[in-house]
Amino acid sequence: MTIILTAILILLSLALVFGVILGFAAVRFKVEGDPIVDQIDQLLPQTQCGQCGYPGCKPYAEAISNGDAINKCPPGGQSTIEALATLLDREVVPLDAEHGEEKPKTVAYIREDECIGCTKCIQACPVDAILGAAKQMHTVIVSECTGCDLCVEPCPVDCIDMIPVPVTPNNWKWPAPVSDPNLILTDRGRGHLLQEGSK
Amino acid sequence: MALIHLSSPHVSKANATNRVMRLVLIATLPALLALTLFFGWGSLIQLLLASTTALLFEAICLHLRKRPVLFFLRDGSALVTAVLIALAIPPFAPWWIVVIGTFTAIVIAKHLYGGLGNNPFNPAMVAYALLLISFPMEMTQWNAPFVLLGDHWSVLASFKDSLIIIFTSMNQTLIDAYTGATPLEVLKHRSGMTTEEVWRNNPVLNQGVFAWYGISAAWLMGGVFLIYRKVFTWHAPFSMLVTLFLLSSLFYAGDPSNFADPFVHLGVGATMMCAFFIATDPVSGATSNKGKVIFGIGVGALVYIIRTWGSYPDAVAFAILLMNLTAPFIDHYTQPRSYGHERANRGTGGRS
Amino acid sequence: MTRIYSFHGGIHPPDNKRQSLGAPIKQAPLPSRLILPLQQHIGKSATPIVEVGDRVLKGQKIADATGFISAALHAPSSGTVTYIGLQPAPHASGLESPCIVIEADGLDEWISKKAIADFRSIQKKALLDHIRESGVAGLGGAGFPTDIKLNLGKDHIINTLIINAAECEPYITADDALMRERPDEILKGVEIIAHLLEPSKILIGIEDNKPNAIKALRDYIREYQLPIEVVVVPTLYPSGGEKQLIQLLTSIEVPSGSIPADVGIVCQNVGTAAAIYRAVELGEPMISRIVTLTGFALGHRQNYDVLMGTPFSVLLEAAEVDRDKMFRLVMGGPMMGISIEDDRIPVIKTTNCIIAATQEEMPPAPPAQPCIRCGMCEQVCPASLLPQQLYWFAKGREFDKARHHNLFDCIECGACAYVCPSNIPLVQHYRFAKSEIRNEEAEQQKSIQARERFEARQARLAREVAEKEQRRKERAEAAAKEQARKKLEQDQTTHATPNAEAELKKLKTAASVARTKLKKAREALKNAEDKDLDGIEKLQATVAQLEEKAGEAERAWQDASGAKQ
Repeated sequence: MTIILTAILILLSLALVFGVILGFAAVRFKVEGDPIVDQIDQLLPQTQCGQCGYPGCKPYAEAISNGDAINKCPPGGQSTIEALATLLDREVVPLDAEHGEEKPKTVAYIREDECIGCTKCIQACPVDAILGAAKQMHTVIVSECTGCDLCVEPCPVDCIDMIPVPVTPNNWKWPAPVSDPNLILTDRGRGHLLQEGSK
Repeated sequence: MALIHLSSPHVSKANATNRVMRLVLIATLPALLALTLFFGWGSLIQLLLASTTALLFEAICLHLRKRPVLFFLRDGSALVTAVLIALAIPPFAPWWIVVIGTFTAIVIAKHLYGGLGNNPFNPAMVAYALLLISFPMEMTQWNAPFVLLGDHWSVLASFKDSLIIIFTSMNQTLIDAYTGATPLEVLKHRSGMTTEEVWRNNPVLNQGVFAWYGISAAWLMGGVFLIYRKVFTWHAPFSMLVTLFLLSSLFYAGDPSNFADPFVHLGVGATMMCAFFIATDPVSGATSNKGKVIFGIGVGALVYIIRTWGSYPDAVAFAILLMNLTAPFIDHYTQPRSYGHERANRGTGGRS
Repeated sequence: MTRIYSFHGGIHPPDNKRQSLGAPIKQAPLPSRLILPLQQHIGKSATPIVEVGDRVLKGQKIADATGFISAALHAPSSGTVTYIGLQPAPHASGLESPCIVIEADGLDEWISKKAIADFRSIQKKALLDHIRESGVAGLGGAGFPTDIKLNLGKDHIINTLIINAAECEPYITADDALMRERPDEILKGVEIIAHLLEPSKILIGIEDNKPNAIKALRDYIREYQLPIEVVVVPTLYPSGGEKQLIQLLTSIEVPSGSIPADVGIVCQNVGTAAAIYRAVELGEPMISRIVTLTGFALGHRQNYDVLMGTPFSVLLEAAEVDRDKMFRLVMGGPMMGISIEDDRIPVIKTTNCIIAATQEEMPPAPPAQPCIRCGMCEQVCPASLLPQQLYWFAKGREFDKARHHNLFDCIECGACAYVCPSNIPLVQHYRFAKSEIRNEEAEQQKSIQARERFEARQARLAREVAEKEQRRKERAEAAAKEQARKKLEQDQTTHATPNAEAELKKLKTAASVARTKLKKAREALKNAEDKDLDGIEKLQATVAQLEEKAGEAERAWQDASGAKQ
């Protein structure tokens, strides 16, 4: 009987001691990082497209930090989900199709002949990337356009196209070397997924 | 005109992995020759048996892992592992010893870890350590070299009788007749005698030790050949041998009656084989030149420590496995200083 | 005698140089079409200053340098501009890029050349401008605009000028041929560079496999009053890499992320030196260069003097290509060149060699085997990197770690891939990782920019709303004030005039009411007295009372009206 009691006592006191040490370490060595919202905001693609249902990336970041799902960002795609999952230590989940699907990067292009100069798209653009004034044709600052689609809907004459960003020698990327598919049959599925995730 | 589009460089040195492995195999030939000369046909038979089984296990594993079997069999890495196991175990160990050895090496130590290039431990040494711990009797039954055997040599000198010894369970008396302790065992279990007395009283040392020296010389030859052919660099073997030599000299100088002299440490046991054929295994060793030196020093020191104070007479397998464990850590801290940088980087960077 | 140092690693690939040195430099044929990519150099692409249909003369500038790091472009021969737009151009991607296409008229008519008779007599600024206007860019490989390298300003003091004559890549002999046949041009160019940079010593680094070139240069050096020395270095690839050559000749390492000028060194290729000479003393802009045509699919392997913009196909025909045997077409050397799929692409400023290789010569790489960490790559890496680690990180997309292992110090020389026993395409792995990292950074940059713009917009919208609100408030306030003011005014008038009058009226009414009551009461009393009814006393009292009241009211009204007057 006493043996059991002693054992329990010893274990309890050990637990206490270690608990104190751990608690002390947690306080003493606490790492002050960026506020989590900013860290999440850093990972989001900043298209400000609102496809997640929030009026911009920052509000979505706030929502995520308050427990919202991490798979509502189609422009960021799977890689953003993975980065968020790593940051927040959450499960990697596929993109929520409700909010749209991952598409190649695009920029808005205004067919200037058809533009009537209504300024509706200018008001819709979240990053002020459309230039123009009332009754003047508008044009897109390509380098600033995030490809968010938000200007397409308001246009009364449907003169805005979302065109994929063209590949030129300047933004061309070296592809990853592909290993002989016959060489590693089992890895093919996984490698394929990796490739997909990277886009 | 179908022109192919590829990244530079557009030429490469004819330097395939299988060529490297072939060179390693060639380099083991002197040792095989010496073993056969001094200890009989056993090693050759073990080698053939090990090679067949290793290739078989490799083929089965590749098939199960859905890899093209022939393409990978040709790289020769399984063959090298098999040869090293065969030459490390006692020449007349029963056949199942070598089969278990190759199974452990190829299936467990290599393919379960992801195949060639991904194994953290040297497969041959994993197999050797497992055999040594599991079957200490069989693994310590080295036959005495021919100089000590007299009449019994005729048995071992006959290829047919050698086959019988390895493949059939034979009577214990025959075994007792040809086996003898290895020099390291003799020196270890000296029962209170000083080193000098052991040398004087034991024929294994005063007559037979030259057989072991001969084998070590053969391994050394192979090793130097490989360094000459640039298969590996001098860093790991040299630092291991130097460490072992310095440590044993130090203790021998301090107390010659209780410690073995440095030449015994270098010349007997698996020292030379380990230095040139095991410690240089790139897959499980350290990467950079500095890392290789540290790896070699670690192996040398551990070999001496385990030999002198441990309970096993030889220590190569354990020393290598322990150092294999530290290899990633060594790599972490021994990145070379890159061109244009004042200091070398440490660690791996990024979120680990 | 300058001491020679060494760099880490290096390899000895078969040099295959002799094939193309059998004959002297030959003039390549004038093609009917010249295709001139606007981007032949590092930096911003040039801006065309001609239009379709314009006739241009040989040496006429057709595109201007854009921004600081850029190079101008000149018509290599006389003819008509027929097209400005996308054309296949030499680039690893195989993509098309903007070009100016000139239909040559075959007259090869020169524009009047603007030569500088004595470069020492004019200002350095003018000399640099002249070199910039001549479109000179590094001929060694990267194509860095030369005027930038020579225009270092006051903050860099150059003590060593290194002329890169190593030409370490196999097959290429363009620089070798130039040194053999035109050493005077090179040395005159060196003189101009030395005039601009004023170095204390000039070293010409050359590999020991070019004895004829070494002799030619040494013979000519005696004629120059310059501290030039020809330093012969052992043949070891990649000794011609800028950083490696600097280390070989001076033992100095260019710090990571810096340029050689930061450590007082400038490196120029021999071809560039000759081009500077031609631009300055002959007034010929950079419109031609020496190109090695080699490879076993060619009938004639030799060096050609080629106009920029000449399509590869024209050169291949001139060298009697056997198209059935041609398996790979490489621009540049076998170690660092780019493979070409379309032989219509033109020669540009950085085209030093064209290799038409047979299958036996450059066989397809066998499938890659697993890395066994043999470390051969590490032994040969001239940047002292750990290629095998970089490979793991690139393959596993652990780009942070790859950066930490100095991925960006990799010069992509290909030595690691050359020796790899497992035939792993290491360089491509590194290129892939580098472009992924660059892309990630660009996206990061873009997203930061987008966030800033978004926040600025939000702030602006908030400000606009706030301003509107403010204005609304101000307007409301102003209206309220106005109201209050009006009310106050009204109040004041009713208090002073209308109120007093009302009071007076009230008093008057009260007085008249009192009089009427009195009158009625008197009539009632009179009636009662007449008829002698009961309660005459009572009536008399009432009348007396009313008389009093009427009198009071009359007085009050009189007083009030009197006061008002």
